[in-house]
Amino acid sequence: MSNIRKAFENGKAFIAFITCGDPDLETTAEVVREAVKNGADLIELGIPFSDPTAEGPVIQGANARALSAGVTTDDIFALVKELRRDISIPLVFMTYANVVFSYGSERFISTCKQIGIDGLILPDVPFEEKEEFLSLCKKYGVDLISLIAPTSENRIAMIAKEAEGFLYIVSSLGVTGMRSEITTDLSSIVKVVRENTDVPCAIGFGISTPEQAKKMADISDGAIVGTAIIKLLEKHGKDAPKHVGSYIKSMKDALRR
Amino acid sequence: MTNPNGRFGIHGGQYIPETLMNAVIELEEAYNHYKNDPEFNRELKSLFDEYAGRPSRLYYAKKMTQDLNGAKIYLKREDLNHTGAHKINNVLGQALLAKKMGKTRLIAETGAGQHGVATATAAALMGMECVVFMGEEDTVRQALNVYRMRLLGAEVIPVKSGTATLKDAVSEAMREWTSRISDTHYCLGSVMGPHPFPIIVRDFQAVISKEIKEQMLALEGRLPDAVIACVGGGSNAIGSFYNFIDDKEVRLIGCEAAGRGIDTFETAATIATGKVGIFHGMKSYFCQDDYGQIAPVYSISAGLDYPGIGPEHAYLHDVGRAEYVSITDEEAVNAFEYLSRTEGIIPAIESSHAVAHALKIAPTMDKNSIIVITISGRGDKDCAAIARYRGENIHE
Repeated sequence: MSNIRKAFENGKAFIAFITCGDPDLETTAEVVREAVKNGADLIELGIPFSDPTAEGPVIQGANARALSAGVTTDDIFALVKELRRDISIPLVFMTYANVVFSYGSERFISTCKQIGIDGLILPDVPFEEKEEFLSLCKKYGVDLISLIAPTSENRIAMIAKEAEGFLYIVSSLGVTGMRSEITTDLSSIVKVVRENTDVPCAIGFGISTPEQAKKMADISDGAIVGTAIIKLLEKHGKDAPKHVGSYIKSMKDALRR
Repeated sequence: MTNPNGRFGIHGGQYIPETLMNAVIELEEAYNHYKNDPEFNRELKSLFDEYAGRPSRLYYAKKMTQDLNGAKIYLKREDLNHTGAHKINNVLGQALLAKKMGKTRLIAETGAGQHGVATATAAALMGMECVVFMGEEDTVRQALNVYRMRLLGAEVIPVKSGTATLKDAVSEAMREWTSRISDTHYCLGSVMGPHPFPIIVRDFQAVISKEIKEQMLALEGRLPDAVIACVGGGSNAIGSFYNFIDDKEVRLIGCEAAGRGIDTFETAATIATGKVGIFHGMKSYFCQDDYGQIAPVYSISAGLDYPGIGPEHAYLHDVGRAEYVSITDEEAVNAFEYLSRTEGIIPAIESSHAVAHALKIAPTMDKNSIIVITISGRGDKDCAAIARYRGENIHE
């Protein structure tokens, strides 16, 4: 069974996204520990990419800050290795296809397994292109996490049937970022997902308040938050860990209600 | 040459967010329907002929031929098209297709501004809304084209992210498309991006090589020995090559922008300095670092200032059917000046890269041989920048 399942065993899951190396890797490590301490069930570690086409301005900024600080894929592998000494919750990488491909997809994915990464999210790899990564993920036992979008419609069943780890349901059109309201009919999407897979599903894109998280988790298995956390890092820099910790506590508390 | 997933050898594909998948599938279905629809083709031909001014001339450059004392040189005059470049061929095709699909809004990226101007033009003609994304750096380099687009009724959005050039304009247009799909068509300007764009853009640009072939047979009774075109994403080059791909005796030569040289970091020569990667929806060659971060690229030409190349070019390179060479800023500027002086034709700085290569190889070729150079656009837009390059303090 996928280690990622564990994230969904403590009630509704709270999933946090953090861009590695923003503002530096020491802060990233502290943020991860604070997140775990305050109830995060799974953490998506973003490996920065020069041209993150699925991200809104806030996460684009985090990618740019991390890269200008000189962070590399190898540095991030070392960070995960270090975190795995005391962190046991599921960890997944979220990055872009070229980061994996240029490293050598097999070398990248086998390293993921060695250092204790449970899954991989590649927002620019849709169902039609997943095979070249999926075959390696299967070989090494890393879950390739699929995304479903508001426009997926007739594709939902096909994607859900082959889902691994968890399903990432994109709440809204457009890129990552906070939204005042989410208007997609997500219940209908989740219904089709449930008919086609037992893999848990979590909703992300646009969620920032405890109320939104609660609402999204009520119709799925969890809520994913990135931009709101990155905004705290942007604002507080090295002092961000405690702010992120108390924010995550408020979010997880909402999911427990 | 392509399989159903839009592959050219290992290149191409559809590396895009799930949000866009149904949009590109819908586009592919619509294109496959309309490309064989007689009414669509009649309308497109009428737009090409009556509006864009096709067919464009194949001009015998007599003075240049005499001066170089080698191969006979013909210029394919895409610079004479309405809006002054080959970009209009693709844009009229895509705008007509978008209209048939019920879209009311066109978005586009632009580097030098030629594709943005062409898209704004087609949008004005067809009564569609138009938004153009342009790197902030480029809005400064090509201020006159920004004015043109606005004059034509388009909204121009300067893109500040990344290096604020063409690649960032593409990224931003893709982001915009994911946020508004139902009424919006992304009118991609080159033979790049996810399938089916490289095929759609190629097919609309293939009119260039179709005409060259007909005109050459009429004028000389034979095919040319070489066809030379500049390559950024590669739309005028693929358009110039396409109908000659099966004519193995015709050399196909793409000219990349070497910027300050392929041994410097200030270059945009993708085939010469890049490696295979995945970006902007496609697998192809990209300028990138050891960790796959896309490299900032440089060329004096805003239209060639892109870190990738279309997947069909990557394939033609892999199988050796086309040759790709690099031309420096200095060589391109010399060619810009040369063609202006010799033939009274001011070529776009992009097209000047193709002229520069012809200046190198024509003298080495037999007098019975024939070269066709595609002059993809006119150079009026570049005059101020070239003057500055030569140390004259001229601003638009």
